[in-house]
Amino acid sequence: MSETIAYIMMTVGVLFDLLGCVGLVRLPDVYNRLQAATKCVTLGTCMILLGVFVLTGFTAMGIKALICMFFILITNPTSAHALARGSHKAGVPLWPGSVIDEYQEIQEKKS
Amino acid sequence: MRAFIQFFVLFGLWLLLTWSLQPADLIAGAVVSVIVVALMGNMFIQRATNILNPVRIFWMLFYIPYLLWYILWANIDVAYRVINPSMPIRPGIVRFKTGLKTDMGKTFLANSITLTPGTLTVDIVGDEFFVHWINVKFDGDPKKQGEEIAGKFERIIRRIFE
Repeated sequence: MSETIAYIMMTVGVLFDLLGCVGLVRLPDVYNRLQAATKCVTLGTCMILLGVFVLTGFTAMGIKALICMFFILITNPTSAHALARGSHKAGVPLWPGSVIDEYQEIQEKKS
Repeated sequence: MRAFIQFFVLFGLWLLLTWSLQPADLIAGAVVSVIVVALMGNMFIQRATNILNPVRIFWMLFYIPYLLWYILWANIDVAYRVINPSMPIRPGIVRFKTGLKTDMGKTFLANSITLTPGTLTVDIVGDEFFVHWINVKFDGDPKKQGEEIAGKFERIIRRIFE
């Protein structure tokens, strides 16, 4: 029973990872792509790791999977934030269809 | 006190990672934890004793499933936008002010915003957040935008970290 649940969770996780990759290809600029990359990959990978935990239970491997999950939840948004900020400072433009960019105004005022 | 809490956090993490109670493992973990505390004690969170406050722990435990629920929604939202042939996106970077004061609170709020539907924190300047929003609403009204993006998390994070 728990094996079935574990495999279902891993499948859903891989599906979300796949959707994240489709997003990377389809969305128009760095910032939108980061959105797809962080959200889908965070949940997808967490689901896979949770599946591993359900499969192996409270063993060395299962606990390590849980700890990895915790670290992914903390580091993934942080790295996305660093990438977005770095891209903007390096002058990567937003997609022309973007409606507003209030960060740009601040940058111009500073310089 | 702060060093003690840091030691136990590190030692606990070591125990979970090795998952064995052999004396050799325990001693190695304790020695390494002491070295790390001695070298990097000042990099640990400032008001560490807050971790022991039961009210804060309660809100933290409430916050985790709350956040997971929104992460699930975020994924369905992004998946919908990616699969939809017409790609209903209306991106832009908006700004809003936050009432949070501590660095820890701001960090958690920024990470939570990044993990929830359609928003990605780009930068924090003082108490202003700059957020990339995949579907901008309420043009040019920072208050409403801030309430929509961060309001629901801010109220709980204030109880945990402030």
